[in-house]
Amino acid sequence: MKRFAAEVAENRSYLTKLDGAIGDGDHGTNMDRGMKKALEKLEAADGDDIGASLKTVGMALVSSVGGAAGPLYGTLFLQMGQSAAGKSELDLAGFTDALDAGIQGVIKRGKAEPGDKTMLDALGPALEALRSAGDDDVAGALSRAAEAAREGMESTVPMVARKGRASYLGERSAGHQDPGATSSHLLLKTVAEAVGSGGAAG
Amino acid sequence: MKKLINAPEDVLRDALEGMAAAHGDRVRVSFDPPVIVRADAPVQGKVGIISGGGSGHEPMHGGFVGMGMLDAACPGEVFTSPTPDQMDAATKAVNGGAGVLHIVKNYTGDVMNFEMAAEIASAEDIEVVAVVTNDDVAVQDSLYTAGRRGVGVTVLAEKICGAAAEEGKSLQEVADICRRVNDQGRSMGMALTPCITPAAGEPNFTLGDDEMEIGIGIHGEPGRQRMKVEPAAKIVERLASAVVEDLPYNEGDEVLAFVNGMGGTPLIELYIVYNELNKFLQARGIKITRNLIGNYITSLEMAGCSITLVRLDEELTRLWDAPVDTIALRWGAR
Repeated sequence: MKRFAAEVAENRSYLTKLDGAIGDGDHGTNMDRGMKKALEKLEAADGDDIGASLKTVGMALVSSVGGAAGPLYGTLFLQMGQSAAGKSELDLAGFTDALDAGIQGVIKRGKAEPGDKTMLDALGPALEALRSAGDDDVAGALSRAAEAAREGMESTVPMVARKGRASYLGERSAGHQDPGATSSHLLLKTVAEAVGSGGAAG
Repeated sequence: MKKLINAPEDVLRDALEGMAAAHGDRVRVSFDPPVIVRADAPVQGKVGIISGGGSGHEPMHGGFVGMGMLDAACPGEVFTSPTPDQMDAATKAVNGGAGVLHIVKNYTGDVMNFEMAAEIASAEDIEVVAVVTNDDVAVQDSLYTAGRRGVGVTVLAEKICGAAAEEGKSLQEVADICRRVNDQGRSMGMALTPCITPAAGEPNFTLGDDEMEIGIGIHGEPGRQRMKVEPAAKIVERLASAVVEDLPYNEGDEVLAFVNGMGGTPLIELYIVYNELNKFLQARGIKITRNLIGNYITSLEMAGCSITLVRLDEELTRLWDAPVDTIALRWGAR
């Protein structure tokens, strides 16, 4: 989680710039504020229940990010937390189920579909990659998921936005990478890197 | 970026502290989470009305908290929807036992955060009804967009619903009136210049020295078309015909006409716009029986204006005329 926060902080201007092109230019700033808040809460909470930690992050994001990203990322983490409740470690199947639950929550809240030029276009392919992976090589599966998220993120470039503020641009939104898909790729990438280097996936 | 600020991350807090210092007789301001509440809230037995949205549109919404309008407002970061815990705190603070109306502008973030807040409120046994405003005719309402944006009508709905609540109407009745104002209202805006959010530090879009954007949203979202600047009469004709044809407003209709400044346009230009609007409507047999002219739903320092019409009936006219005593809108009281 620290890595994701650091990654968001590092990419704050980049995310904000992407958002400036087709949204309102605050995605990086808002996510950075939210993740800083989430880290504060996590440090205060201190426990080994992964579900509880994910919920803590979700609540912090819901109450500090605002905009559309607050409810969407908040819901993602809250639902992942619900799925992982009571667990002190997650195997690949457990993580995949949690991500699935999170994505279902995002779909319900945002009513978006694949191809709408949203964070789902990065999260969806990542989930598929995890589902089709064998259970033996966790690090390999997560890195393929991160790669799928990157491809999904890049696939948003030619898309015409159908949800959120970018949809007001209509055809003019094509040619720009979706900021939400970009931050979602960062999330998957950090998870893969954390596990790859022997840290905990939470 | 040149702005009268201390630091970009302190903008909201510093401005709210200023409001608290200036208007403590009318409102209570709390900071964690940020909420602006009518000083005498909750008013027992009265339907509470809250609204909220990103900051940068002042005086909306905080300037409309007070007798005859909103009971509370939830200010988000600049151009960022507020969070459900703000709306929850506001809902609790204004609940006088008759339920709470949430007036929500149709923006993706606002709608989702207010939905979460309504879920929290229902778990706390507070009756909440949310009405979403979507009056901006510049956006095609289709499956392929987030739908029409809620803009100028929001201000008028807040005033009219506030009066209805003061009369003792029920939550359902006040919500119905809110929907009626939205149904009878249409808006369209234009910009001569972009605006700069403190966090971004640079303009959110660019316009040539001789260009304007017709159909702009209140955060600088693009509209229908970008073109060379024209005389006010021609610009008003573009905005007003889109608005009039959409509902449509017909010969014999009586309307409330709202000429709104985007923040960077002087009042003298807004009166020129109003004059052209009045002539345009007169020529079509549409009568302006009430009006509002000024900067009420702004987009930071953007230059430009929006035109909103609401078709009036006897009840809406009476509610519009009823006393209101807020920071930014005040008549018939004190």
